[in-house]
Amino acid sequence: MKQFIIRRLLIMIPVFIGISMIIFGLIHSTPGDPYITMLDPNITEADREAMLNSIGYYDPLPVKYIKWIERAIKGDLGYSIRYKEPVADVISRRIGNTLLLSVTALVLSVLIAVPLGIVSATKQYSVFDYVATILALIGLSIPAFFFALGLIKVLAFDLGIFPISGIETTGANYTGMKRVLDVLHHMALPIIVLTFVQTASLMRYTRSSMLEVIQQDYIRTAKAKGLSERVVIYKHALRNAMISIVTLISLSLGGLLSGAVLTETVFVWPGMGTLVYQAILNRDYPLVMAGTMLLALCVLFANLLADIMYAVVDPRIRYE
Amino acid sequence: MANNIANKSSNISKVQGEEGTSLWKIGAKRLIKNKLAVFGIVVLSILIILSVLAPVITPYDRDETNLTNTYQKPSKEHWLGTDELGRDVFTRLIYGGRVSLSVGLVSTSISVIIGVLLGAIGGYYGKVVDNIIMRIVDIFMCFPFFIMAITIAAILGPSIWNVMIISGILSWPSIARIVRAEVMTVKEREFVEASKALGLTPIEIIFRHILPNVLAVVIVYTTLGIASGILSEAGLSFLGLGVKQPQPSWGNMLSAAQNLRSLRLHWWLWVPPGLLVFITILSINFLGDGLRDALDPKLKH
Repeated sequence: MKQFIIRRLLIMIPVFIGISMIIFGLIHSTPGDPYITMLDPNITEADREAMLNSIGYYDPLPVKYIKWIERAIKGDLGYSIRYKEPVADVISRRIGNTLLLSVTALVLSVLIAVPLGIVSATKQYSVFDYVATILALIGLSIPAFFFALGLIKVLAFDLGIFPISGIETTGANYTGMKRVLDVLHHMALPIIVLTFVQTASLMRYTRSSMLEVIQQDYIRTAKAKGLSERVVIYKHALRNAMISIVTLISLSLGGLLSGAVLTETVFVWPGMGTLVYQAILNRDYPLVMAGTMLLALCVLFANLLADIMYAVVDPRIRYE
Repeated sequence: MANNIANKSSNISKVQGEEGTSLWKIGAKRLIKNKLAVFGIVVLSILIILSVLAPVITPYDRDETNLTNTYQKPSKEHWLGTDELGRDVFTRLIYGGRVSLSVGLVSTSISVIIGVLLGAIGGYYGKVVDNIIMRIVDIFMCFPFFIMAITIAAILGPSIWNVMIISGILSWPSIARIVRAEVMTVKEREFVEASKALGLTPIEIIFRHILPNVLAVVIVYTTLGIASGILSEAGLSFLGLGVKQPQPSWGNMLSAAQNLRSLRLHWWLWVPPGLLVFITILSINFLGDGLRDALDPKLKH
């Protein structure tokens, strides 16, 4: 097991370098000079050149890349051009908000989707199965941001049940329990959107992997030896179906973190998605670089986690 | 004697030819029995006809503005009202279908070409070649899709071609993975060994003998890929990084909802394009599921 994890980690190194090189190359080929707004407009052209030179603006791309990697490994992610403070500080303020949304949505969707998928599979072709499958297909097909816009229009504007955007009431300065309730109130709509979309794919997946397992011979054997339906489904079938379900859950964590850009933008949620999106529009290179790398790393580790989980829950997988 | 053999082999190929078509015929029959898939085909056909015949269907010009007639509610003259420049929303909606559907098709073609080629090469050759291709796949799979799309869109600038390229280039890895896995199993079969023994080149073996066996899977994933191409267009254009005005697309029509006043008061500007994206993707998913059940015997219950 230890060897397996170490080997997986070693494979991650070239992948990580590849990701960082491509992202770095991309970001540094965006047109325009981001420092133009940062410098005092009264300084002379020569001074400006000297300053740009000193921060390495004219270095060739590979040199810039190596400098960035060197500093990043030491924990120095650079200085945000727009926020005028270290990138690490800006990100640490935002990442919690994104985690709050995506982890809550993931937990809720697992709690909803797995039981629904099991019932749907055990009662295949029933009305319940039909309704659940259609609902799941709707969830897979609706653009999350369009669903979000619809909810804002109906529930926030027309009915006034939920706030339109943001994470808390601006200017209210609530503390303690009141603040928690306020944030929960603001969270409701984005959580509904993310959970619905996530539940749809997870439910479909649970259903199909349960169906696959239920048709196997050992399930028939278990039924034939007189075990109750309940024991057969939950003890024998579910355990095996869980192997692929667990993998999908850890894979979707990465997707949730990086995929929430549009949902966050629509709800003006101060998370990583809106931060990186704004940074791209503002050509805030250091922030875009660190933010994108961080999200890619999350996906990379989620994939690793999926691989490890798969190996842990499935004893048939040999690690050598 | 030689004549006899030639006769026999032509008979054999005739029989095989018939079996070949009948396999697809069985698939088509199964597909037609699937109600949801038929629903998908019908809806998609209607949408395609509407967007192709757009100039015939609507009396208005796509970009015809009328500043005295802005933000009109749906009426007899304007079925879906007018927008901030007084343009007819229904007209722009069916013209927008041209853009959104073709973005889906072209971007998927790009990703299928790259994915099938790399997947087949990796699966067939294995070893170092496969290892390198799979690491590239790993790299692309880790990219936060939407953020990469926005970054590339910011570099290339907003245009319909760039949306196609971005979506195509970012979504080939999943097809490559699937094709690779299929090729790896197909290449162990006897007929591949026979082709090798006959002295066919690897390119001939891959294109003439292996890929036709992988076609069913590729068709299913191409269908589903079109849906994600349309979704990426909608998302990018919604953020103003996709198809540029005045050319209408469902995505950039949706961006009317970025304006809070329009979101609240002018539903006819953003609900119809959103619903069309939704219905299109739903139909494609129905069709894709139907195709999978019809063409992939392994998943037959």
